Amino acid sequence: MSSLVIITIISLSAIGIFAAVILYYAAQKFKVYEDPRIGQVEELLPSANCGGCGFPGCRNFAEALVKADSLDDLYCPVGGNETMANIAKFLGHEATEKEPYIAVLRCNGACEFRPPVNKYDGARSCKIESNLYSGDTGCQYGCLGHGDCVEVCNFDALYMDPITGLPVVNQDNCTACGKCVEECPKDLFELRPKGKKDRRIFVACRNEDKGGIAKKSCSVACIGCGKCVKVCPFDAITMENFLAYIDPIKCKLCRKCVPECPTNAIHEINFPPRKVKTEETDKETATTENNENTEIKSSDTN
Amino acid sequence: MLKTFAKGGVHPPENKISAHQKLEKLPLPKTVFIPISQHIGAPAVPVVEKNSEVKTGQVIAKSGGFVSANIHSSVTGKVIKIDDVLDSTGYKQKCIVIESTGDEWVEGVDLTDTLVTEINDSPEEIINKINAAGIVGLGGATFPSHVKLSVPKDKKVNVLIINAVECEPYLTSDHQIMLEKADEIMVGIQILKKALNVTKALIGIENNKPDAIEHFTSIAANYEGIEVFGLKVKYPQGGEKQLIKALINREVPSLKLPLDVGTVVHNVGTAFAVYQAVQKNKPLVERVVTVTGKSVRKPSNFITRIGTPVNELIEAAGGLPEDTGKVINGGPMMGKAINSLEIPVTKGTSGILIIPEEESSRRPVQNCIRCAKCVSVCPMGLEPFLLMTLSEKRMWEREEKERVLDCMECGSCSYICPSDRPLLDYIRLGKSSVNKIIRSRNKK
Repeated sequence: MSSLVIITIISLSAIGIFAAVILYYAAQKFKVYEDPRIGQVEELLPSANCGGCGFPGCRNFAEALVKADSLDDLYCPVGGNETMANIAKFLGHEATEKEPYIAVLRCNGACEFRPPVNKYDGARSCKIESNLYSGDTGCQYGCLGHGDCVEVCNFDALYMDPITGLPVVNQDNCTACGKCVEECPKDLFELRPKGKKDRRIFVACRNEDKGGIAKKSCSVACIGCGKCVKVCPFDAITMENFLAYIDPIKCKLCRKCVPECPTNAIHEINFPPRKVKTEETDKETATTENNENTEIKSSDTN
Repeated sequence: MLKTFAKGGVHPPENKISAHQKLEKLPLPKTVFIPISQHIGAPAVPVVEKNSEVKTGQVIAKSGGFVSANIHSSVTGKVIKIDDVLDSTGYKQKCIVIESTGDEWVEGVDLTDTLVTEINDSPEEIINKINAAGIVGLGGATFPSHVKLSVPKDKKVNVLIINAVECEPYLTSDHQIMLEKADEIMVGIQILKKALNVTKALIGIENNKPDAIEHFTSIAANYEGIEVFGLKVKYPQGGEKQLIKALINREVPSLKLPLDVGTVVHNVGTAFAVYQAVQKNKPLVERVVTVTGKSVRKPSNFITRIGTPVNELIEAAGGLPEDTGKVINGGPMMGKAINSLEIPVTKGTSGILIIPEEESSRRPVQNCIRCAKCVSVCPMGLEPFLLMTLSEKRMWEREEKERVLDCMECGSCSYICPSDRPLLDYIRLGKSSVNKIIRSRNKK
């Protein structure tokens, strides 16, 4: 009996040692050298794996960072300047600094302003609906409201407003990774600089129809009247295809264009109440303060 | 045993309400809206300007490349504008709008009904004439016909197949044209044969049109090398690959063309248009459009000028019924609902179907119960439930491997699904996404 135990122990040990030797030599022979800095850089990154940098994941980005001679073209929008500074310090390069960006929705057409003209009962997906036809409202440029953007957002920075039927950007969570920009079939999202004190002004519309047609399908559409272009002291507003666009770099946030817009298509966000108070703007600005953290409802639309 | 294709297929209620309604010429429309892109391929380039006077049959937009087609004026009159007009999808498309003042044809067009059987043109001349006449596949795919006839040197074609299946429920335009224009179609087929340099042509007709089969068989006896086959009624037999399998038992490999198995398929309507173009010099400015539906007062088959607004057709068929829920451009299986009645008839419009309110909505979507009915009906041997899930999960690479691009969007899966899942919608999304990925890959 005891001999059986001894034989078992000896033979198993022999097999174990033999296997260990093979494994050791195999590990030596097939060893792949990997720069240890890649792992360390990866640890400095936010591990969101969102693809906002243009690489499939944080690991690939870390590899690119370690390989790169300068960090000029590489930037992690999620980590921002702080992360990039840490990485630059670690790798001994100059840090790239970028102004923080944020996604804004360039559609203002809540259900009340843009009534449906036909009934869509297909699959609940914006991409599918826009593949089939222009959508269930008169505006072929506007939000379809099935929330494809909410689905792809990794940072919980988007949610659908049940009343307006439009997605809302939560500006504390948005990292400007650009997933929603890519996903939206109507190309409604734009990454814009966060702005001084988080203040932004933009045209919340993509409608390129002539004024009359645009206004008919949506009462808050940009009708291309050009009033904002005339009033802008910095030449920041351009008009193309009956649609105004505010250049975020040229715009000095003077807010002169906002009250000019006859359809309230220009949104201002996070601005203090206006000084000149009529009864109407009083009411409006009160709501702005309440909605400090929401993107969509600006003082003009409420 | 009647011939048919091997894999899958469904048999929806036929509802051929407008069958045996004589072809009727629709009165000339007051204004026509002629889109410059009515075919697969590059849009045509307008050659007229605002206020130009045009005659019926005059080229108003020239083909914009090899895979493209000429577009002709369908009326005589004045161009009011060339502008973006909403098309059937609700998006804007460039249209040439012509106000009609009469119907004076360009010179050289034979407008008589006499049958010209003698074919004097050489194959090259035939293809050039077809190209000049702007003929596209009239079954609905609108692929330019001259491209199909220009066989590359390394490919060999030995049989021509004529698609007279008309497997879409409701539609009867091909059926009626077969009954009334059989001789012209036969000459058209002979012309196509000559252009392709083949001696044999096979015509496939589904067995729910016994009169057409009989009529065609008796007339085909007068022409050399044309055989008529009755086929078992099964949707989507009118699909190119399915018809090839049914008639000559050859299987077109994945992502290949019928040319790769030595055949070319043309629709009967196209054969008739080819006859008119080659023997009568008449360009493609009109087509047969079925206007039908359960509540339509006068279901009809109209000979309609291209560019006629849909509401004029509906008016001629007794007006829009009160219980209308949906108007579909095409048949119930592959057609698409339109969101305006102002949209024009194009070269690809085979029918206008008016669906009553109670039948027009989808039933609520339920969970997949893994019954695999979609798998068993798919004529291309795909797994629709899997493709839908992959689309939902955005797994495009896997979807490409599962041959999503083989899907021809026949809709059999969505039709059969007991849980009413929007299978085809998601597969279409998969197709467009995969195509985008392939395009960007090819660019690199």
